[in-house]
Amino acid sequence: MAFSEGNEKSRYASFTRRSLMLSGGMTAIFGLLAGRLYQLQIVDGDDYLAQAEENRISLRLLAPPRARILDRFGVALAGSRRNYRVLLVPEQAHGVSAALDALSKVIPLNDRIRVRVIKDAAARKPFMPVLVAENLSWDDFARLNLDLPYLRGVQPDVGETRDYPYAEELAHLLGYVAAVSPEEKAQNAENGDPLLDVPGFRMGKRGIEKAFDTEIRGRAGANRVEVNAYGRVIRELERQPGKPGDDVYLTIDRELQSFMYQRLKDDSAGAAVMDVETGDVLALVSTPGFDPNAFNVGLTPEQWSGLNGDDHKPLVNKVLAGFYPPGSTFKTVTALTALDTGAITPDTIFHCSGEYSLGSHAFHCWKKGGHGGLNVEGGLKNSCDCFFYQVALKLGIDALEAGARRLGLGAATGIEIPGERSGFIPDRYWKQARYKEPWQLGETLVAGIGQGYILTTPLQLCVLAARLASGMQVVPRIVHSLGPQRQPRPPVEPIGFSPDALAAVRQGMNAVTNEPGGTAYAYRITDPAMAMAGKTGTAQMRVISEEERRHGVRSNESLPWNLRDHGLFIGFAPVEKPRYACAVVIEHGGLNAHPQVVLARDALMLAQKRDILGRPPAYPLNSASL
Amino acid sequence: MSISSYHDGRRPVPFRQKLAEINWALVALIALIACTGFAMLYSAAGGSFAPWAERQMIRFVIGFMILVVVACVDLRVWMGLAYPAYLFSLLLLVAVEVAGRVGLGAQRWIELGPLQLQPSELMKIALVLALARYLHGLAPGEISRPTRLALALAMIAAPVVLVLMQPNLGTATLLALCGALLLFLAGLSWYWIVPAVAAVIVAVPTAWQFALHDYQKQRVMTFLDPSTDALGAGWNITQAKIALGSGGIVGKGFLMGTQSRLNFLPEKETDFIFTMVGEEFGFFGTMALLAIFAVVIYYGLQTAMRARSQFGRLLAMGITVNFFLYIMINGLMVMGLIPVVGIPMPLISYGGTAMMTVMFGFGLLMSVHVHRSATVPKRSSGMI
Repeated sequence: MAFSEGNEKSRYASFTRRSLMLSGGMTAIFGLLAGRLYQLQIVDGDDYLAQAEENRISLRLLAPPRARILDRFGVALAGSRRNYRVLLVPEQAHGVSAALDALSKVIPLNDRIRVRVIKDAAARKPFMPVLVAENLSWDDFARLNLDLPYLRGVQPDVGETRDYPYAEELAHLLGYVAAVSPEEKAQNAENGDPLLDVPGFRMGKRGIEKAFDTEIRGRAGANRVEVNAYGRVIRELERQPGKPGDDVYLTIDRELQSFMYQRLKDDSAGAAVMDVETGDVLALVSTPGFDPNAFNVGLTPEQWSGLNGDDHKPLVNKVLAGFYPPGSTFKTVTALTALDTGAITPDTIFHCSGEYSLGSHAFHCWKKGGHGGLNVEGGLKNSCDCFFYQVALKLGIDALEAGARRLGLGAATGIEIPGERSGFIPDRYWKQARYKEPWQLGETLVAGIGQGYILTTPLQLCVLAARLASGMQVVPRIVHSLGPQRQPRPPVEPIGFSPDALAAVRQGMNAVTNEPGGTAYAYRITDPAMAMAGKTGTAQMRVISEEERRHGVRSNESLPWNLRDHGLFIGFAPVEKPRYACAVVIEHGGLNAHPQVVLARDALMLAQKRDILGRPPAYPLNSASL
Repeated sequence: MSISSYHDGRRPVPFRQKLAEINWALVALIALIACTGFAMLYSAAGGSFAPWAERQMIRFVIGFMILVVVACVDLRVWMGLAYPAYLFSLLLLVAVEVAGRVGLGAQRWIELGPLQLQPSELMKIALVLALARYLHGLAPGEISRPTRLALALAMIAAPVVLVLMQPNLGTATLLALCGALLLFLAGLSWYWIVPAVAAVIVAVPTAWQFALHDYQKQRVMTFLDPSTDALGAGWNITQAKIALGSGGIVGKGFLMGTQSRLNFLPEKETDFIFTMVGEEFGFFGTMALLAIFAVVIYYGLQTAMRARSQFGRLLAMGITVNFFLYIMINGLMVMGLIPVVGIPMPLISYGGTAMMTVMFGFGLLMSVHVHRSATVPKRSSGMI
């Protein structure tokens, strides 16, 4: 033994002392741990629980299905169709590039898609599916599913996409949906519809889709999901379905619309048919159209430049935003205003010798030899320029302007489609301000036959026809109801022109179509119960020189398309108790065959026939019309 | 005095008798802690024995056998093995420095055939053995002599420096603290202790400046303010605190821990497993676990107090202190009280080497208990 008993004892005592001190230290540390746990788990436990919940629960928005747009008989004009898509989950594929190579053997993939997919895949978590292609044909989709066992990471998917079954026929009217632009997102930041931030969300960009976008898109639902630390969804905790949007019922008659579109599709034209009492618009056509389905997917650069480069301007909604001189159709305005103000009576006669001289300038009639003496009915029937030069001179520009405005020209009609333009009716003050010179009498003459500064849209001309036919302050309306909610419609007031004046103008318009010698007699509706009254018009697109006048004016058919006159027509039917008004403008269509008159006749006939069939509109309420 | 025959220390005691002498209550507690570990590993795998719980169970069974065997080997044999074990461990530490493979940015393993050996783990036992043997041979007060102390410090410093070079700050700290506490227990004079503690306090800023690696500094910085790097290095601390705290009083229930199941908890099966206990069993669960740990440590203290030899006492205390330091460092770390250093929670965290080391240590503790009445000569009795 190396140590004495005493040594060993003192060593043991020292060890014991030190051990107890160390135990005290260890106890203190345990106390510290316990205290810390008390603080974390009991004092701050609720905070940490909240943080743990925040960690694990993620709120995802669900876009409700976009509501439909229907015509007056319940035909869906815009709805949803199945969208066959193919997704790629990068983490399941052996390399994105290789997966795309394999996939390209099954479905067509171009380089643009490849670049985008590789970029998208790199920017996201590897378990997030990347959209490779959508709107696949059923054949491609079926082939894809067949080859699926050999395509790692490829996921077929069926989504929904906006569908416009009548494509071009209603393109301008319905508009289209497309991805939300950054500007729209920035605007939305204030109002704050969370839907716009949902990836892949499409919003209305034009037409009804835009005007009623909020109603059609509905309200977002929410999906509470549990996610792990990498953001992968583990399970769904709660689902609050959103509120689907309201179906929009239009006053449009799809069949009439399609009929008119098909007849006009090769022209550059605008045309409308409306109810003369209620203002319900049955057709609103602008040609050429475009395929709204293409905008939904996203146009290719070729499609885009094709649409923009076309001289028929398919992207312009001509019926609402095309400006045309009303030409001779405006003579109805001149006549009605003059009769109403007493400037002329139905029996006032003016003489036409083929030209009318004012000061040193000669104003020509379209008919070289002149019409001789005419009253207002004859003036309208023959569309005599000289007659209306003299009426306008007697009436004066101020009264003419006021009359035109009362008939709905020079101001937007207020139809529920964005992008409508107001047209133009000149007056003295405008002339002075714009050209720094006073209004000239000659300009009054020109205005009297609808030329010069006056510009109108086809819809305005349709409203003009409707107001002439009904004598009421009709306003065009295209949306009948939103879901079960009928759109408010103010009562229609009389327009305030004297009934005698209105009757005289209608009689003139009747003569145009239904009396031999009338400018549109050849294109009348022969069934007396459906007979049409109307007024032709031609808007001259070039100055006819004295030289040409002497040798005979060149026919429109011999001119290049863009130099031909615009062909216009306004009309209503039936004559006895007007129900429908129609206006047609065909750009550079002022041909001898009068296609605009033929179309208006056929459209008015079709509208009446469909009416006679007795089919009530399929609006959700028991309301046929107003 | 059940094993009276030990007094002469000559005649071998039957194995069965030694088995009976093992403190089975302590073994039961150890098994209880290990079972908690299995449960947590089962939960961490989303309610599956694969991949962690089953392998941990096998390791525990092997560890248990090691414990029993080690416990039955005579204390004097362990004393004889102390220095060779220490030298062997030191050599291995040098070897990893030279030829070790790089894992997780730190050289910590050595490949021995199919076996991955962590020499730093071996050293935790070897250092305690060697220091206990060295201090056993000194007369009271002798440790305070500069030459004796210098040698003891050198024994501690050599592995600490090697482990720091790996770099493995956690284990180095653990080794240094364990060694220092053994010197303290051996009766080192306060005249040494007070200035040494003061020196350490002064040295910390210097070490910060020159000795720490960038990742170690970053750990400290994010520890001081986890929000500065909430998605990077601060993530561990933040999520560990959320897991612990969200358990509240009674916890979310077994297998119901969202932080762990959804992988918000990093290294949930290893260093951060204690937070799972907190999340699933709440304050009650963590307190119960700490209480069991405390009882184990109490048994360790009791074993040391009852040992007749200074070697046995120091060995028992060394093992106990080592066990305590594991708990302390891991606990403080997962509760956000000290920077994150890679120290597992003993018996619970998934890991083979740590399990073997801890069970081997408990085997030694048990050996002290079984041979508590044995007298041990100042020098090795030449059995080796």
